[in-house]
Amino acid sequence: SVAELQARLARLGHHVGLRALDALVARERPGRRETKVLGVLLFVKGPLWRALFGREADKLEQANDDDRTFYVIEREPVVNTFVSVPRENSSLNCAAFAAGLLEAVLGAAGFPARVSAHWHKGTTLMIKFDEAVIARDKSLEGR
Amino acid sequence: MSRSPGRKQENHKISRELFVLTYGALVAQLCKDYEKDEDVNACLDRMGYSIGIRLIDDFLARSAVKRCRSYSETADMIAQVAFKMYLGVTPSVSCSSATGNEFSLILDKNPLVDFVEELPAERASLCYCNLLCGVIRGALEMVHLAAEVTFLQDRLKGDAVTEIGITFLRKPEDRKHRR
Repeated sequence: SVAELQARLARLGHHVGLRALDALVARERPGRRETKVLGVLLFVKGPLWRALFGREADKLEQANDDDRTFYVIEREPVVNTFVSVPRENSSLNCAAFAAGLLEAVLGAAGFPARVSAHWHKGTTLMIKFDEAVIARDKSLEGR
Repeated sequence: MSRSPGRKQENHKISRELFVLTYGALVAQLCKDYEKDEDVNACLDRMGYSIGIRLIDDFLARSAVKRCRSYSETADMIAQVAFKMYLGVTPSVSCSSATGNEFSLILDKNPLVDFVEELPAERASLCYCNLLCGVIRGALEMVHLAAEVTFLQDRLKGDAVTEIGITFLRKPEDRKHRR
């Protein structure tokens, strides 16, 4: 079933993301760890995506009504390049692999979140941070 | 990476780490799914085969090589052009039989095992890179060259080098009659 396939792809991506993060952060931002939500999101869109896929993600957006939800949008993710989805499974988006990867990266960086892949403007990865993360971010801003 | 208009092919390059880590995640998942090493090896070989039958098109399109006229030319092509293009390494080729249809590729650097120290004790007969064997077999089959491809030596199992053996299955004389 589609949901199972996406879950397995996400698990593979998780496995990879955990290991990819440390090496990448050490190379791209030596000595400085991102502590703000916006900082880590910009890091994801730019340096992380460029290091993994050779180009930056197309867009980073925030949901209008929800400050926990952000979207990373890519018209043609590299992961889906050679994948052709049969019509009966048309809702399968193999970017679920990238979603699992991103979830592991955010979790290991201290910003636990749920990431899912959707067919929207190309491929959109929807990031939903945990409440605690947003609350912490707000209190940091206040200081 | 800038894209110039009018370029027919897009060279999607991803990071080598991502590729190696993804392969590792794949093998780890297969080990969880199958108990026996032979099953994992067979599955990797099948996957490699599916990749190989498609990869050959990409290879031929990008490298624009002429047709190989002998088995040894084919083996050289695989080692010097294909491996270089896709994995960035150039194994050395040696012919190991008098009849001229058995070759081996000796890899002193294998990027797929960059992050692997050793095989776990319960997986002693796992061929970690068996995908490569399937890829070579599938690609050769698509150009009408039947071959058997296996690992003869594997650094992960304690041998000195990693050696892939390619045995072409038809006699060399047959090739003269193919047009």
